[in-house]
Amino acid sequence: MDFKTFVFYVFSAILVFAALRVITSRNPVHAVLHLVLAFFTAGGIWLLLQAEFLAIVLVMTYVGAVMVLFLFVVMMLDINLDRLREGFWSYLPVGALVGILLVVEMAIVLGGRYFGLDAMPNPPAATEGYSNTRELGLVLYTEYVYPFELASLVLLVAMIAAVTLTLRKRKGLKYISASEQVAVKREGRIEVVKMPAEKE
Amino acid sequence: MEAMLEPVAQFFGPTWPLVWTLVKIVAILIPLMTCVAYMTYAERKVIGAMQVRKGPNVVGPLGLLQPIADALKLLFKEVIVPSGANKGLYIIGPILALAPSLAAWSVVPFGDGLVLADVNAGLLFLLAIISLEIYGVIIAGWASNSKYAFIGAMRASAQMVSYEVSMGFALICVLMISASLNLTDIVTSQGSGRFHDMGLGFLSWNWLPLLPMFVVYLVSGIAETNRAPFDVVEGEAEVVAGHMVEYSGMAFALFFLAEYANMILVSILTSILFLGGWLSPVGFLPDGFHWLALKTAAILFVFLWVRATFPRFRYDQVMRLGWKVFIPVTLIWVVVVAVWMISPLSIWR
Repeated sequence: MDFKTFVFYVFSAILVFAALRVITSRNPVHAVLHLVLAFFTAGGIWLLLQAEFLAIVLVMTYVGAVMVLFLFVVMMLDINLDRLREGFWSYLPVGALVGILLVVEMAIVLGGRYFGLDAMPNPPAATEGYSNTRELGLVLYTEYVYPFELASLVLLVAMIAAVTLTLRKRKGLKYISASEQVAVKREGRIEVVKMPAEKE
Repeated sequence: MEAMLEPVAQFFGPTWPLVWTLVKIVAILIPLMTCVAYMTYAERKVIGAMQVRKGPNVVGPLGLLQPIADALKLLFKEVIVPSGANKGLYIIGPILALAPSLAAWSVVPFGDGLVLADVNAGLLFLLAIISLEIYGVIIAGWASNSKYAFIGAMRASAQMVSYEVSMGFALICVLMISASLNLTDIVTSQGSGRFHDMGLGFLSWNWLPLLPMFVVYLVSGIAETNRAPFDVVEGEAEVVAGHMVEYSGMAFALFFLAEYANMILVSILTSILFLGGWLSPVGFLPDGFHWLALKTAAILFVFLWVRATFPRFRYDQVMRLGWKVFIPVTLIWVVVVAVWMISPLSIWR
């Protein structure tokens, strides 16, 4: 076993452990933090596969942005664990069915010939000066430019929809626009009054 | 150098690359930690001078031993864990705050070829590492089981996520015109152009064609490191000390170290990305690390100057500046630079 394989197994072990803890830990904040660990380790495995752009982007978007907001929400929720566990036994059959289906589906895909070592030969070794980022960019903006732009449009629509759904105009807010605040002059606020001294 | 190290390399055998990397890491971290320590001294002296005070002047000559005295004091203090705190996460919090701000230094070049890891996607790596710094703050705020700490953590995460976006756009402009994500290449790409040939190298650096991005990056950097006037995270009047409120002794010192290491990181990155790194500003002087150090020190001084000058932003004003001013400006400037690059007026060919 060479060093790279060793690192791969270490990362895989951490990844499996973290993924298991996501669904088994009782504290939702711990679950989210284990999910962060899982993403981070997955990024490490991608680095081993010399996909440095994908690995770093995975860490940047999921760990750096998505999971932060996730954590943000989960920390603010007041989760009562006992109430969550109430319906455990009644939901178990449905949950088990879905779980078994998922396992069977993945077994069909992964166990078949499609993902075997002979179906996925090693890619040719990277040449000198090969840049992962450059190659991905070239492919994204030439060959796959329409799917790429369409995907970004779908994301944009989803984002606008989320904003409009949660936008509410409250009345009676004491909101001051910043430009008005900046434009304030001394004369508008202060008035110097001259008056003679008063005597008893 | 290589020949001198040969016998040492043979002594360590196959573990030599590991040992050599560790030596290099120590060679980066020890000066960095010294800089952090004396950054606190410089901050107190500079702000003192600006407020017509003396600053630290008792411990050692000119107060020069003050940072060491502070560090010793914090080391010997007891780390108190609040009874309702989540113990494991309470300890992990400060560690997670410091670790990314040190890890980011692995790709920072100090001279041509003087870098620990000369990776292709260096800029991307930096963005990813900087985005990880939030976790220390959030985890510390949550694990402390205190309302002030929690509000501080919420503010921190919202603020850092907001300013990361405009910071990212500013960096996109830089990588577009240097056509590389490698920090060494970004610096060398600034060492050419019409002004450089005239001997006025400082006009060829990225700050001039990307002036709005330079300003946005610097201000976002101040916001990203939670420094005044964007330090709503630890605003004393509102949330006491934010996420750090329950921490004491060395655990508190780790947050402090992380903040100052981040400040130095943002300053050195600004020098590398916009101010030509180790390139000399004029043709008749040689390039060298001293230029990078000088530029970084100048930007660090700006950090302190800003802190002594401006009052703290109100929280909604911080958010407004990030989302309604910086993000539109950077979005438009990305398009402007892209059009500029393909137009006949392009200066980057």
